[in-house]
Amino acid sequence: MQFSFINRRSGCPASAHTLDELQLGAEGILDRLELPEDISRRLMELGFLPGHTIVAGQAAPGGDPRVFRVDGSEVALRRETAERLVLRPPGARREPDSP
Amino acid sequence: MSACHDCPGCSAAPRPVLKPQQPPHVIAIVGPPNSGKSTLFNRLTGLRQKVANFPGVTVEHRVGRARVQHERDVVLVDLPGVYSLLPRSEDEKVTYDILTGQRAGMEPEAVLLILDCTNLGRHLLLAAPVLNLKLPTLVILNMADDLRSRGGEVDPAALSAELGAPVALISASTGEGIDKVYQFIAGTAAGHSTVKTPLVELPVLKDIPVCRRWASEVGAGAAYRAPAPPLWTRRLDAVFLHPLAGPLVFLAVVVLVFQSIFAWATPVMDGMKYLIQTSGAWIGLHLTNPLLRSLVVDGIWSGVGSVLVFLPQILLLFLFIGILEDSGYLARGALIADRTMRRFGLQGKSFIPLLSAYACAVPAVMSARTIENKRDRMATIFIAPLMTCSARLPVYTLVIAAFLPDRPLLGPFLGMQAAAMLGLYALGFVTAVFTAKLLKSSIMKSEGTPFLLEMPPYRWPTLQSLGLRLVDRSRVFLRRAGTVILAVALLLWMAAHLPLVDGHAPEIAQSLAGRVGHFIEPAIKPLGFNWKIGIGLLTSLAARETIVSTLGAIYGMDGEARSQGLQQALRADLTPAGAVALLIFFAFALQCMSTLAVVRRETGGWKWPAAQFAYMGLLAYAGAFAANQLASGGIARLVAFLH
Repeated sequence: MQFSFINRRSGCPASAHTLDELQLGAEGILDRLELPEDISRRLMELGFLPGHTIVAGQAAPGGDPRVFRVDGSEVALRRETAERLVLRPPGARREPDSP
Repeated sequence: MSACHDCPGCSAAPRPVLKPQQPPHVIAIVGPPNSGKSTLFNRLTGLRQKVANFPGVTVEHRVGRARVQHERDVVLVDLPGVYSLLPRSEDEKVTYDILTGQRAGMEPEAVLLILDCTNLGRHLLLAAPVLNLKLPTLVILNMADDLRSRGGEVDPAALSAELGAPVALISASTGEGIDKVYQFIAGTAAGHSTVKTPLVELPVLKDIPVCRRWASEVGAGAAYRAPAPPLWTRRLDAVFLHPLAGPLVFLAVVVLVFQSIFAWATPVMDGMKYLIQTSGAWIGLHLTNPLLRSLVVDGIWSGVGSVLVFLPQILLLFLFIGILEDSGYLARGALIADRTMRRFGLQGKSFIPLLSAYACAVPAVMSARTIENKRDRMATIFIAPLMTCSARLPVYTLVIAAFLPDRPLLGPFLGMQAAAMLGLYALGFVTAVFTAKLLKSSIMKSEGTPFLLEMPPYRWPTLQSLGLRLVDRSRVFLRRAGTVILAVALLLWMAAHLPLVDGHAPEIAQSLAGRVGHFIEPAIKPLGFNWKIGIGLLTSLAARETIVSTLGAIYGMDGEARSQGLQQALRADLTPAGAVALLIFFAFALQCMSTLAVVRRETGGWKWPAAQFAYMGLLAYAGAFAANQLASGGIARLVAFLH
């Protein structure tokens, strides 16, 4: 495991590359979904859209699956799915369509 | 037909005015999952609804008559919940086919589009494709009370102008604003409604980001302000999904459900049994012909009664499942159970059906409906009957009591009999897990469909919704008891009482059942069973516990002395190895007409129940064979060793 600096205030590792690396309460902006098209579509219908902010919520015991708050609702994903959702690097500009 | 119209006086009587037969007015209810579709449907139809399956597909939809006074029947069709109208999954195909009029006899003339207004931005995604169908559509914004209490806002009139369709802001669970829905239904039934052109252009693009931007713009045009996050849901989730408290609460819920279906249901079930017995005896007093009495009391009454006894248990289980599902806890439970269930190739939502299967496979198979993923659902249904249901208990109790002394094994905590019982529970569970693994790594492999679980906000379950669930389940159960079970009970009675000898029922050995028992004896001899057990196996095809009463009849025992006498008779007829084989046979075999019937209903054909019956039958035969051979060898060696 690589070292990661944990920001105490947001509880977010400085380098959350994918959704599964977000800690409870931390947020990230989705960049892209590295999944087959039909699965991406399903996730996008649930609100996992590029440019949208996603907040990590509670997880099941063992950390998997985890609940994500997205577009006004809460959806649980397994780690195998969450690790395919790539976040925008910190500092990247938000798109105007993000809520 | 009698010549009624000829008789005097008849022509003078007012004839019933026959309305010209008009085709029913079909209205489809469509909406995303968790939008409150079923709650609205229940409110509009009440008890006048039934569950239907399309031929060849397993997706079910509900059809009901709306409670409106109109000369045309208004039929509401509750379609499966969808997020979009692209026909990909089976649910979406059914919804798409019905909405586009490709299902004959089911072409909707109007649509009720129901959206959760606390989540309007996302739910409006479905509005564009539905409105593009150009059918008269009422856009229903549900959960108005939630929106208000969480500080959200929306202007229905502005949204109506934007979309070119009437909009009703309602709360399906409290009934607020429901008049507007009735007005719309009455209007379309009378043919008053027209389709207006929307102010905004409806996107036809399949590009979701573009559609989502469109939805945001429409929402902004309707002065939509999203509500604050559900505070109570967050607070409750902090406990229910807490790393430590979460699993404890989950365990407590499981123990509560288990305890209720075993311990608390027992007095009610005993009462039911008593009612059936005393009413049967009462009927017997009024029938003088012994053969007729036997047919009615032993054949029909106790045959159907043996299944009816399970009704309280099933209703209690469904009450719990209803509360868990309607309150929103079921999704949390599925989340917690997912990791464990995944090891067996299943998923979190398989948990409740498999738990229910410890009471009875019938409600278990019915509750598997909550699993959207078809392959996971099928695998869950397939393995559910391997769990030790309560119908196996009378058989296990009888055989174990007959062959095992109740000596303590682990001090006062575990006796030998209890250990044997636990072993049988474990055997069923391990086989189920093994079967699931086998299925999911071969023919039922989930083809990359990810596990997605929406967490609905917590809500109070309404009495109406819980009540409707129970009524629906009881109806399904009672209908089966009155048809399949009744027919089988009659057949079995005839097999045991025919052919008549001098107008009397023959000795059981000479009866049809006895002859069949003798006929199959060579096939079951390697399992250590004789023809008497064979008859028991045959009659238990209807329901497992029937073997106890059948053996009672064969050995001529009845009443008080039955249990003791039966145990003695069994010891004389079965070797210890044969007893082990019999237990294993019952652990595996799918001897339950009700389960087969409900699997057929839920999977939409005989293919699955047939495969299940063959698989479990094969397991039972092979398992019993191996047990008999190994155990008799083992016992012989033990005897030799002791000498």
